[in-house]
Amino acid sequence: MSQLQLIVNGESRLLEIPESRTLAEVLRYDLGLTGTKIGCEEAECGICTVLVDGVPVDSCIYPAFKAKGRHITTIEGLAHDGELHPLQHEFIRHGAVQCGFCTPGLIMTASALLNENDNPSEHDIKVALKDTYCRCTGYTSVVQAIQSAAADLRGDALLPVNEPTIDDPMDYVSRSVPPKGIEDRVTGKAKYTDDYVFEGMLYARTLRSRFPHARVLSIDTSAAKALAGVHAVLTHADVPGQNIHGLVHSDWPVLCGDVVRYMGDAVAIVAADTPEIAEAALKLIQVEYQPLPVVADPKYAHSSEAPVLHPHHATGNLLKHIKVRHGDIEQGFAEADYIVEREYRTPTTEHAFLEPECAIGVPVGYPNHEKLTVYVGSQIPYQDREQIANAMGLPREQVRVIGTLIGGGFGGKEDIAGQIHVAMLATVTGRPVKMLYTRQESLLFHPKRHATIIRIKTGATKDGKLTAVQAELYGDGGAYASLSDKVMTRATTHATGPYTVPHAKIDCYAMYTNNVPSGAFRGFGVTQSAFAVEQNIDILAGMIGIDPIEFRRINAQQVGVTTATGQVLRESVGMLETIDDVQRDMQAHHNGSGFQWTWHKGNKAYAWGIACAYKNTGLGGGAPDWSTAEVEAYEDGTVEVRTSSADMGQGLPHVLAQCAAEELKLPYERVRVLLSDTDLTPDGGPTTASRQTYMSGNAVRHAAVALREAMAQSAAEMMDVPPDQIYYEEGLLRQNGHQVPMGEVVGWMKQNGLAARVRHEYRAPETQPLGTGGDMHVAFSYATQAALVEVDVETGEVHVLKVVSSTDVGRAINPLMLQGQIEGGIVMALGNCLTESYIIEDGVPWSTLLARYKMPSIKHAPQIISHLVEEQVSSGPFGAKGVGEIPSINTSPAICNAIFNATGVRIFSLPVDQDALLRAIKAGQVEVYTAWHDVK
Amino acid sequence: MRLWNDYHTPTSIEEALQLLAHYQGRARLVAGGTDLLVEIREGRHAPQDALVDVTHIPEMTTHHQEADGTIWLGAAVTHSHIVQSALLTQAATCLVESCGVVGGPQVRNVGTIGGNVAHALPAGDGTTSLVALDATARVVLDGQEQWVPIEQMFKGPGQSLLDPTRDILIGFRFKASGTHEASAFKRIMRPQGVALPILGCAVWVRLTDGQIADARISIAPIGPTPARATVVEEALRGQPANPASIEQAIAVANEALHPRTSKYRATAPYRQEMIAVLLRRTLPLAIDRARTGQAIPEGIGA
Repeated sequence: MSQLQLIVNGESRLLEIPESRTLAEVLRYDLGLTGTKIGCEEAECGICTVLVDGVPVDSCIYPAFKAKGRHITTIEGLAHDGELHPLQHEFIRHGAVQCGFCTPGLIMTASALLNENDNPSEHDIKVALKDTYCRCTGYTSVVQAIQSAAADLRGDALLPVNEPTIDDPMDYVSRSVPPKGIEDRVTGKAKYTDDYVFEGMLYARTLRSRFPHARVLSIDTSAAKALAGVHAVLTHADVPGQNIHGLVHSDWPVLCGDVVRYMGDAVAIVAADTPEIAEAALKLIQVEYQPLPVVADPKYAHSSEAPVLHPHHATGNLLKHIKVRHGDIEQGFAEADYIVEREYRTPTTEHAFLEPECAIGVPVGYPNHEKLTVYVGSQIPYQDREQIANAMGLPREQVRVIGTLIGGGFGGKEDIAGQIHVAMLATVTGRPVKMLYTRQESLLFHPKRHATIIRIKTGATKDGKLTAVQAELYGDGGAYASLSDKVMTRATTHATGPYTVPHAKIDCYAMYTNNVPSGAFRGFGVTQSAFAVEQNIDILAGMIGIDPIEFRRINAQQVGVTTATGQVLRESVGMLETIDDVQRDMQAHHNGSGFQWTWHKGNKAYAWGIACAYKNTGLGGGAPDWSTAEVEAYEDGTVEVRTSSADMGQGLPHVLAQCAAEELKLPYERVRVLLSDTDLTPDGGPTTASRQTYMSGNAVRHAAVALREAMAQSAAEMMDVPPDQIYYEEGLLRQNGHQVPMGEVVGWMKQNGLAARVRHEYRAPETQPLGTGGDMHVAFSYATQAALVEVDVETGEVHVLKVVSSTDVGRAINPLMLQGQIEGGIVMALGNCLTESYIIEDGVPWSTLLARYKMPSIKHAPQIISHLVEEQVSSGPFGAKGVGEIPSINTSPAICNAIFNATGVRIFSLPVDQDALLRAIKAGQVEVYTAWHDVK
Repeated sequence: MRLWNDYHTPTSIEEALQLLAHYQGRARLVAGGTDLLVEIREGRHAPQDALVDVTHIPEMTTHHQEADGTIWLGAAVTHSHIVQSALLTQAATCLVESCGVVGGPQVRNVGTIGGNVAHALPAGDGTTSLVALDATARVVLDGQEQWVPIEQMFKGPGQSLLDPTRDILIGFRFKASGTHEASAFKRIMRPQGVALPILGCAVWVRLTDGQIADARISIAPIGPTPARATVVEEALRGQPANPASIEQAIAVANEALHPRTSKYRATAPYRQEMIAVLLRRTLPLAIDRARTGQAIPEGIGA
């Protein structure tokens, strides 16, 4: 221990700490300033940025003693006397805050810029924020927020907020109200799991496999147990209940005892006084392995030579064969004048949510904890509870899951991470136990987006009518099922694209391998199939000699069309309108000088590319889909909405609050939202499949309507008037000149033994399983995107300058925040196309550092223009359908279609490799089948 | 994970040397730590008993022009300070341009030019420019303070001449670009994978009567250590400063230089192509700067 003096946010602090501390550790753990977040500990993501003497640094690798005597400014030091700094309020106003985990880093980096430059250009902002990442917003709103804050600091007028125009604003719905709890996310007060501290808490680490596939011969934990400061070392033998979990198929061991099937498999867990001791203990655990042959490729996995990874699975390594049959495929191709058949490949990709996984287990009997409790930022709290209870051998009612804020999820926080492990360790030690994954562990462990191989054959007549689609998809499901079954089903059912296709035959093979498991990831399989579908469409358009936009228009799904799964579309198909919007903007870009698909200037080739998409809302496929919500009114005139649905930055709380406010005609500020506590909030189902606005929105809406009626009944009795004459206005129940505040009605109800609380279980309209025909889904969203790319024909470098998008969302409940979903989804998809690939060789990941996995930074962010189409779905809340995923579906094919239009070279494998692209341009070779990771 | 135990911030070279001696190989020099600390975390170096931070030693954190016109650049000067320096912008434009593309602002604010050299990567951006500037390094090597030409500072990829548990890189000396002299740096990156250049290129030229009187060219990575492309320099010397001479030099470069394929980074044919692209982009820029005497760095923060 040594003395360190720092001046933190203007206050001198004298600390007695080890010299081994980083500045981030001192701020977070010694000073409790948890607004500074740790994202990677590699100086890559920048979210830990603080100012040292006014200069931004990555505090995660900045030795604390290097800062001796210096002035440190953190997010907590930005607001003065309760007054938000202009950056803080402008981030809120411009919708530049979603999950909030990177927000302190973005704001601190921006504040250093504004200290030097009072009127930064977009370029200046991109230079300053180049290494401060955000995975949610897509950066467009961030740039606007910073420029607006700069204007404010200069004394100029704030910049107007770039809000999308919408059709039919209501009192509270379709209004861009600020998200709930948003102020805490810009001040550093917002608490994510690692920000919680419990008295007596221990720190846990996980020992993971050393091989992608091996038999575990023995595990010796005695030396680790003997290490001072270690409180528990647990293995498979210590799992009290079932040593297995999984969301769809139960096939994933809590702790591996006989076989390990991928490098992320957990073999032992340790709880100790400090993270360092836990880490040291891991090194003392002796595990003897017998390596087994590795199944590294989904096609090999399907072959008879491949070792079977899950002997109990009836179809061996074939997790599932998914089929779509529609019409007569042979007839379809016989009717075609043009047929194109190509093979496409997409890599494994990583969510890279900026908050690594963290869970805290608190044992029964710990103060204020009557049950075994797990704190975790999870997308599916009730299924977490179920899986924890099964593994602990407890009835589920004896387990409580409390959902904390989630620092980004994107599908990557649906599976169990440390939840069961901390429950076990807390129970054994009798103390709270925190398990925080390092970024590197997160990269190694959690399920990713499926790598796919997609062979697709598309036929059309010379008039431009699609006749048939035949496709074969292989999906690399990795070591455990996770959500492979559902994800690859979606890839399969959406493999016709959003078009009328009379004949289709699609086969998908979801395979077990020894790679990292694959699961849910924004786009849910459709991102992969759209990459293939939409490029085949452009190739065909070229063969026919028809404009690619016109070709899409001819074949676009419309009301009355039957999809390849046999669903008749009866309403809410806004596909053509999205095409119209995008085409109009593409033309407008050329300022009346005549639209051009492609042009050249110096060593740069420019071109537009277009692609369309559709995406289901809700689980569908015959799965019962329901969400339960509770709405309760209070005497103080407020209302609380409760459901266990997750806010991972997409902003569910404001959507639910707006639905309740609308039905109760109650000011939005008076609606509170409580999410994700299995003891206090009913089950809203998983936050996946773009379903929560629709499902929980509906549940809240119905509950609010029932509460409204109950309160009206009471008010009628209070005022002695017929209940049907009562109407609501601004928190008042009124009738013909009389009025009573809602809070008084609640008080009256209480006195009369009536509860001002309604719980509603919303059940979505019934859907049919694939293969049976009928409605497979309750609704589909539609989108068109055009990408304008610049290709340097001397270097092969590709830049996306602009993306024009239009999305049919049914109804925008909160237009500004919905636009944030679209912008963020587009930039995430741009990463999918140009920067991202999780490389794994023979089951051994190479991308085990964030430095080896590049997601788009602000410098990649294109100008984004997004339009909304509101073709309402009658069953949706106020007509709304899902939007979370659709923006991440058609960006990659739009970019690749543009690259082809610019260079004549077509890219069949992602991510785009500038090296191969340039060599193809030089050689006049028109098709590129290799990706960046193929440079060997 | 604990990356080090003790952390020292000496204020003189002597004190730093004493500390290193005290720990007998268990302490290591550190400046910004943006490479070293990440590599320890990755397990590429063992955690250290102690780190000796040289960023509080005045002569190592400053730069200035000496009476004889040469530039002194302390090894612990950060990339940001180099980029912000009016002196270096004029006297060593390529160095400013190369330091301006390293990492993001947070890394440039902490990472130092000496760290870049000591890390000994075959294509460290700052290093590539120091080679083209024909810099000499001031070091304490085996207890002796001495000058070492920059190209002799490297033993292999990631291996400098210095033992970071004993030796110290104090700073650099190089001649400031004068009248009719100028330099330029550019590099080619890819958006995927590790942030190492596919190819970087720094050039320095001196013009006399419209001819290239002298040239120094550093293209990296070509070999295991940074080196001058002397045959290309030779091809330029005495030639008119025009596109034909540049094309001729490119032809020579294509004959003489053979970059290799690096996994996940670039193929040899692509790199070969980039040699031409970079020479075609940097040489005219440097020639133009030498002609006009104006140096406005390009690509800072790109």
